Amino acid sequence: MSLDKPYLDVPGTTIFDAEQSRKGYHLNQFCMSLMKAANRKRFKAGERAYLDEWPMTEAQKQAVLARDLNRCIALGGNIYFLAKIGATDGKSFQQMAGSMTGMTEDEYRHMMVAGGRSVEGNRRVGEDGDAQADRQPQGHASRKAGL
Amino acid sequence: MARISASVYTSHVPAIGAAIDLGKTTEPYWQPLFGGYEFSKRWMKEHTPDVIFLVYNDHATAFSLDMIPTFAIGTAASFAPADEGWGPRPVPQVIGHPELASHIAQSVIQDDFDLTIVNKMDVDHGLTVPLNLMCGTPAAWPCPVIPFAVNVVQYPVPSGRRCFNLGKAIRKAVESYDAPLNVQIWGTGGMSHQLQGPRAGLINKEWDKRFLDRLIADPDGLAAMPHIDYVREAGSEGIELVMWLIARGAMADVDGGPKPSVAHRFYHVPASNTAVGHLILENPP
Repeated sequence: MSLDKPYLDVPGTTIFDAEQSRKGYHLNQFCMSLMKAANRKRFKAGERAYLDEWPMTEAQKQAVLARDLNRCIALGGNIYFLAKIGATDGKSFQQMAGSMTGMTEDEYRHMMVAGGRSVEGNRRVGEDGDAQADRQPQGHASRKAGL
Repeated sequence: MARISASVYTSHVPAIGAAIDLGKTTEPYWQPLFGGYEFSKRWMKEHTPDVIFLVYNDHATAFSLDMIPTFAIGTAASFAPADEGWGPRPVPQVIGHPELASHIAQSVIQDDFDLTIVNKMDVDHGLTVPLNLMCGTPAAWPCPVIPFAVNVVQYPVPSGRRCFNLGKAIRKAVESYDAPLNVQIWGTGGMSHQLQGPRAGLINKEWDKRFLDRLIADPDGLAAMPHIDYVREAGSEGIELVMWLIARGAMADVDGGPKPSVAHRFYHVPASNTAVGHLILENPP
């Protein structure tokens, strides 16, 4: 008998459940290690070498090196843990959250000041809201980065 | 006998803590938010309790994935502000109340709620930001605080119904404590927000306002709301709002007593990624 997971049809959203937590254990514990100043320093001095101390998958390591938070989350990361990477980089929570939308920092900040993202069209996969898969990326962050 | 005199509800956005720590509270972006707590700070001075029972969630600070307690009660004599990656916040140590905390743990566990008892724990912005919002930036917090951490990070988190019933058990525990303590219970977190994925930045004002209405007038009905409604309507991190039901469940009317009065209500968008909601409910004396 399968588990009840009614949250799988929410667009642009990954619920950190027991299965995600199991996949992301080492990734998240690596993030946790960055709460110590000495570890932040060591990580910044050599990211790849630091990551290699952890039994993470290669895909998880690459996602961290690229600071691709959406990919980190797909691979079992949780935002409260991933926030420790942002803190190490000197990023705010708003910068981190915005980075997952494809918007520039200004675009995202403007959306929030204007009242945030609407729930309309974003409740279920298949509606027509801006968080739906076929409308990504939402802003000009990748253009600005020259990607 | 001890009694719960009031409950306080507030968001605990980390950026609010950063704004306080960096002296930005009068900037145009932040002023409307802090303005909404001016009344609360005056109220707090006039209604300083003997103990605050503070329901919050740990954000991967004291609890990593090594241990994930659903409900954890802090029974230590003091709790240090945590280094969450930006260095510890420059706020006072939190003084606990080990005697009342242990009493509540004993009583609530006997009522079938399996609390984890924590004798050593740092506390993060989830606990210290509400203290700042209600007390400002004093050299010492005005009274002892019992931290009560709820897992809302890894699903499944406790249901609204279970949180509401836990509040009832906490009220019973407080009222069986044999000293005339004035206790406040605070529920923190929320309101609508999502910090992850392409749906990050979700805000749902109508839903939030309805939540505040129902928390005041129909908490028992609100407690029946399933998790998926929080996630779909208020964002993946909006689930923090189940913690407000613990504080609401500890109010007198839930157990046949008189209705609480609404001393203050405030709502503001945005604080960083989040909708900020705030209520003060007083039990009639």
